[in-house]
Amino acid sequence: MVKSRSAYSTPSKVGKSDTHIFVVWVDNEAGVLARVVGLFSGRGYNIESLAVAEIDHKKNLSRVTIVTTGTPQVIEQITLQLKKLVPVHKVANFKREDKKVIFKEMALLKVVGNSAKIKKALNACKKHNPVILDKTNKSVVIQITALRREIDSVIKNLKPLGLVSASRTGAVAMTRGAEIFN
Amino acid sequence: MGNLYSGAEIVFKSLEDQKVEYIFGYPGGAVLPIYDELKNHPTIKHILVRHEQGAGHAAEGYARSSGKPGVVLVTSGPGATNVVTALTDAYMDSVPLVCISGQVPTHLIGTDAFQECDTTGITRPCTKHNWLVKDINDLPRIMHEAFEVATTGRPGPVLVDIPKDVQFAKAKYFKPKKEKKLNGKTLNKFDQKVIDQLIELMRKASKPVFYTGGGVINSGPKASELLRELVALTGFPITSTLQGLGAYPGDDNQFLGMLGMHGTYEANNAMHDCDLLINIGARFDDRITGKIDEFSPKSKKVHIDIDPSSINKIVKVDLSIVGDVAEVISATSKTLKKKNLNLEKSNKQKISKWWKQIQKWRTKQSLNFINSDTIIKPQHAVQRLYELTKNQDTYITTEVGQHQMWAAQHYKFNKPNRWMTSGGLGTMGYGLPAAVGVQVAHPKKLVVDIAGEASVLMTIQEMSTAVQYNLPIKIFILNNQYMGMVRQWQELLHEKNYSESYSSALPDFVKLAEAYGCIGIRAKSPNELDKKIEEMINVDKPVIFDCLVDQEENCFPMIPSGKPHNKMLLGPKDQEENKITDKGKTLV
Repeated sequence: MVKSRSAYSTPSKVGKSDTHIFVVWVDNEAGVLARVVGLFSGRGYNIESLAVAEIDHKKNLSRVTIVTTGTPQVIEQITLQLKKLVPVHKVANFKREDKKVIFKEMALLKVVGNSAKIKKALNACKKHNPVILDKTNKSVVIQITALRREIDSVIKNLKPLGLVSASRTGAVAMTRGAEIFN
Repeated sequence: MGNLYSGAEIVFKSLEDQKVEYIFGYPGGAVLPIYDELKNHPTIKHILVRHEQGAGHAAEGYARSSGKPGVVLVTSGPGATNVVTALTDAYMDSVPLVCISGQVPTHLIGTDAFQECDTTGITRPCTKHNWLVKDINDLPRIMHEAFEVATTGRPGPVLVDIPKDVQFAKAKYFKPKKEKKLNGKTLNKFDQKVIDQLIELMRKASKPVFYTGGGVINSGPKASELLRELVALTGFPITSTLQGLGAYPGDDNQFLGMLGMHGTYEANNAMHDCDLLINIGARFDDRITGKIDEFSPKSKKVHIDIDPSSINKIVKVDLSIVGDVAEVISATSKTLKKKNLNLEKSNKQKISKWWKQIQKWRTKQSLNFINSDTIIKPQHAVQRLYELTKNQDTYITTEVGQHQMWAAQHYKFNKPNRWMTSGGLGTMGYGLPAAVGVQVAHPKKLVVDIAGEASVLMTIQEMSTAVQYNLPIKIFILNNQYMGMVRQWQELLHEKNYSESYSSALPDFVKLAEAYGCIGIRAKSPNELDKKIEEMINVDKPVIFDCLVDQEENCFPMIPSGKPHNKMLLGPKDQEENKITDKGKTLV
C-alpha cells in the first residue's frame, strides 16, 4: 500500500464536465464584477468568456453572462455560491446545448490586403451577419455575430486573406419565445 | 428635519442602535475621528488590544460565547491587513463579526498614500460582504446592513471601510429598519413534506446516527435544547463535530463523542456503518469525512443546513432541508409527537442491535492512554482540568494542534457557547485573544485557554490586554516544546525527520507571566498537578500555567489521511494488545 504523506485526502474520481452559461443579474456597484470573478478564481472554477454591461439604469442593474465548464456538482455549487453574494439578484444557468436558448458572440475583424482578398474575406463572413464598419482601398473592418466555434473557423479562414487583428466579446444569451430566465 | 451628524458620530449612533456594548480595536491615523468620538458614547466600551489580529480573535471569542456580533475597529493599511487572519477565521467558522476599518481620504485612494491598502479588495474573499463608503449619505444604511448581513442566515464577518474625510463629513442619520428583507438571502422556508420524509426515513432506519455541528450552536441556545429533546425522543446515537461540542451533553450515554480525524472509535465506526445519517448544521468537512469515496457508504443521508451552498457541496445527500436548525428540529419533534411515533419505544427493538454494536466499539476505549506517575501526560492534564472545573460554568478556548484535540476529546461540554476553537482555518494563536473576548462577555466566569506553547507565542502580547482590563483569563499551556501535531505527522509519515518542529529557546513562561504583571504557575509532575490547577482557578488574576508534559505523546485515535472511517489508528495501549510494534505505527 502506498503511504500517503499528505495531511489531506487524495482526490476522488472527477465526473464528466459540461459547458454551461450563467446569466447573473447584479447591482451595478463598485467591485461587483470582482466579487463574481473572484468567486470563480477563488474556488477554482474557470471562466471561458465573460460579458457584462448595465441593462437597467434606473434600477441600477447589470447583467453578467459567464461561460464555464464543470461537473454537475460544480455547476450546482457555482449557482448556489453566486446566489449568496449580496449584490446578486438572480442567477440562471443552462447547458450550451440547450435548444431553448440563443447565445451569440460578436467579433470585429480587420483584414488588410488588395480588393480581391477583401472581397474573398467578406465572402467568408457571409453566413454570419457581416457588417462593414470601415473600409479603405487596402483594408476593411468587418463585424460578425455568431457562435464561438463559428467565429473560430472564420478567423482561421481569414488568416491567409490578410487578417491582422481580431477583437471578440464574450457570449450573451437570451431565451427563445415569450419566456424569460428565472 | 433631522440633525446632521459627522461620519464618526453616525458610526457610534448605529453601534448604539445595534446594541453594541464592546468594541475591540487599535487606533491609527485613518480612524482618529472615530476614536475622538468614543468619549461621547459611554455605553460603548473599547477594549484596546496589542495587535489587530488579537482584536479580531477577541471579537470572535466574544461573539461565540455570547451569541452577539463581535465588533472590531482598526486603522487603514497594516491595521486592516493584520485583521485579515481573524476575518478569514471567522468566515470559515461562521462567526458574526463587524469590522470597521479606517481608510485614507477619498481623494488619496489609489495614490499609494501613507498606510493605504486596497482593504475591500484584500478582504473580499474572507468576508460575507464588504463596503467602501465613498459617500457619507450611504453610511447609516451600510452600517445597519453590515449588522444584518453578519448576523442573518449563516453568520460571518463583514467589513466597512470608511475613508477619513467621510468620518468628518456630515449627513442625516436614520435608525435601522425592522425586519428588512435582505435580497432574499436568509432562507428559512422548508416544507412540512420534507419533515415528513425525514420522519419516514427515521422510522425505517435500523442503524441511525445524528451528526451535529456548529450550526446548532449558531442557531442559539434554544436549538441545543430542542436537539436534546429530539435525541431523547428518537433514542438514536449522536456524534458531534469539533465546532458542535456542547450542543449535546458530552457525558450523556447517547453521545458517542466527537467524530473525524481524531474522533472516537465508536463515533467514526457508527458513521461508517450507519444506514441513516442525519447531518444537523455541519458541513462534511474533510477532517470529518476522510476518504469521500468510502464515506458512510451504506447510509441514506439527510442534511439540515441554513446555507443552501453547503448542501451537496462535498457529499451528495438523499434529503436536504434548508432552514434554521432550531426550527427544523422543532418541526421534526412536533411532527413526531403529533404522529404519536414514539421512536424511542417503537424502534427500540429495531435499533437495539445497533446499540449493542456501538457498545462493542465503546469497549475499545479509544481515548485511553498510558498514564504515568513521573511525567504529566497531556491527556491527563486536560482530564484533571475538567474534573476540577466541571462544577462551575467554565468557558474553554484553545489554540490549534494536539492540545486542541486533547481538549476536544477529554473535556466534556454540557452547554453550548462554552467551547471556542479555530476549526476551519486552524489558526494558531486564536485561543489567547479569544479568551480575552470571552472574559469580556462573561466577567465573572472561569475562562481557560487550553494552549500549546508554540501557538500561544503567536499572540502572547494580548496578556497585556488581559492585565489592563483585569480579565482573569487562565492560559493553560500543555508545554511539550514541540509543535506537537507537526511532530506527530513527522513521526508517523516522514520517518521521524523532525524538521523545524522543535522550539529551542522558549521563554520561561512563569517569568513571562510576571513580566506582564500576572501570575505564573508551573507544574512538573503528576502529583503536584491538582494542587497547582486549584491554585490557578482560585487566583482572580490572569494566569499563565506552564504544564510540562510528555514530549513524545501522540494524539490518538487518528484516521490517517485518505482512509475511510473504519480504518482508524488506535492508541498505544490497543497497539500493544494487538502486538503492533512501534514500527507498525509508522506504516499508515
